[in-house]
Amino acid sequence: MSLIYPKQSLEAYPKHLSPGYKSTIKRSPSKPLMIVPHTLSELTGPVYGHDAIQENDNDLTKQHKGEPLGERIIVHGHVLDEDKRPVPNALVELWQANACGRYVHNVDQHPAPLDPNFTGAGRTVTDAKGYYKFITVKPGAYPWGNHPNAWRPNHIHFSVFGHSFLSRLVTQMYFPGDYLFPYDPIFNSVTDEKARARMISTFDLENTVPDWALAFRFDIVLRGREATPLDNDEH
Amino acid sequence: MSEITPSQTVGPFFAYGLTPNGRCEWDPNGSYSWKNTVESNLVTPDASGTRIHIEGTVRDGDGLPINDCMIEIWQADAQGRYAHGRDNRPLPNTQFKGFGRSATDKAGVYAFDTIKPGSVAGPGGKPQAPHIVVCIFSRGMLRQIYTRLYFDDEPANASDPILTMVPADRRGTLIAHKQPGADNQYRFDIRVQGGDETVFFDI
Ligand SMILES: [Fe+3]
Repeated sequence: MSLIYPKQSLEAYPKHLSPGYKSTIKRSPSKPLMIVPHTLSELTGPVYGHDAIQENDNDLTKQHKGEPLGERIIVHGHVLDEDKRPVPNALVELWQANACGRYVHNVDQHPAPLDPNFTGAGRTVTDAKGYYKFITVKPGAYPWGNHPNAWRPNHIHFSVFGHSFLSRLVTQMYFPGDYLFPYDPIFNSVTDEKARARMISTFDLENTVPDWALAFRFDIVLRGREATPLDNDEH
Repeated sequence: MSEITPSQTVGPFFAYGLTPNGRCEWDPNGSYSWKNTVESNLVTPDASGTRIHIEGTVRDGDGLPINDCMIEIWQADAQGRYAHGRDNRPLPNTQFKGFGRSATDKAGVYAFDTIKPGSVAGPGGKPQAPHIVVCIFSRGMLRQIYTRLYFDDEPANASDPILTMVPADRRGTLIAHKQPGADNQYRFDIRVQGGDETVFFDI
């Protein structure tokens, strides 16, 4: 497969410096980034297969002795490229707060309880159709120190590998209709409304399992589109 | 019109998901177990070439160490071949993947053990000097930033098609320095912002 990676696609991304999110002020490059050609080094990337995954890695409710507390949910969807073609064998990793909005990380000092039955980390690899599925609990909202009374909307962190090192994506999945959206500088660092909407999962009644779990669908579109023969000369 | 999913910050709490066995002490009680998918040691038993250690500190615009940073590296093997379908030459080191991940510790230090990469094909058939592609994620970074690591003991740097595009006065930020008295240890510090800011690539 030969793909090209149009730079215009990155216009959907937040700017490196987004002062509403204070930590970007000292952690964004101040000099212009250098434009260089895509070489074999950028057009290739890590390949992970199903050997990277163990049973229950994608079921965050089965990683401990008992079941975690909270609202059990299914999070599933397809990993696609810019031509909307499935990306098979893509490593998808996620991590999240528990139902109370607390991370197991020792830096998280939010005074909400930890759940001995919930770590909040999962991973899976997409199938031939680019499909992935996780079972977890809905993460709670949590406070952070960015500005007075700052709270993050409910979200799940995602890390995804595509066809090359250029299609590498770390993002956050949000839930539909969150009342904290207007106040969150991280969510709103994506300035285009349509692009922001692509980070919001949709409620999926069809795949909701009666008497067991609500389903949310989250499709992830990575950089990269099919090359025309003329575009194919990168080295 | 592009319809890709936008990037968001990796945030401060990625360690237990992405680098659980790494340098960041996210769980002092050790009460949760979750193993790395990706290691900071890339060396596989079948990998030929020189084993090297790369280490460095990541600093912010005030020169302060960034203790919640994740560095990922992508590189060719000692023969200059990438473990990826687009590089379709035969691959002698079948287990060597060329991909690694390291969190920074309290002092902002990341580290990798790997193999010194060989020269790889570049634009127009010109070879590129041995290098590693470096991708940086952190709290306060809404999207990853890319740079490259070159080695100070490689004469091929002088004709590398990418390195020679970089203004001479900033080229040094892309060079890892071999440490005197140590066996194949290189230091590569990263300055995210400031006077000696590392050159980052818009790719
Ligand atoms: Fe978070």
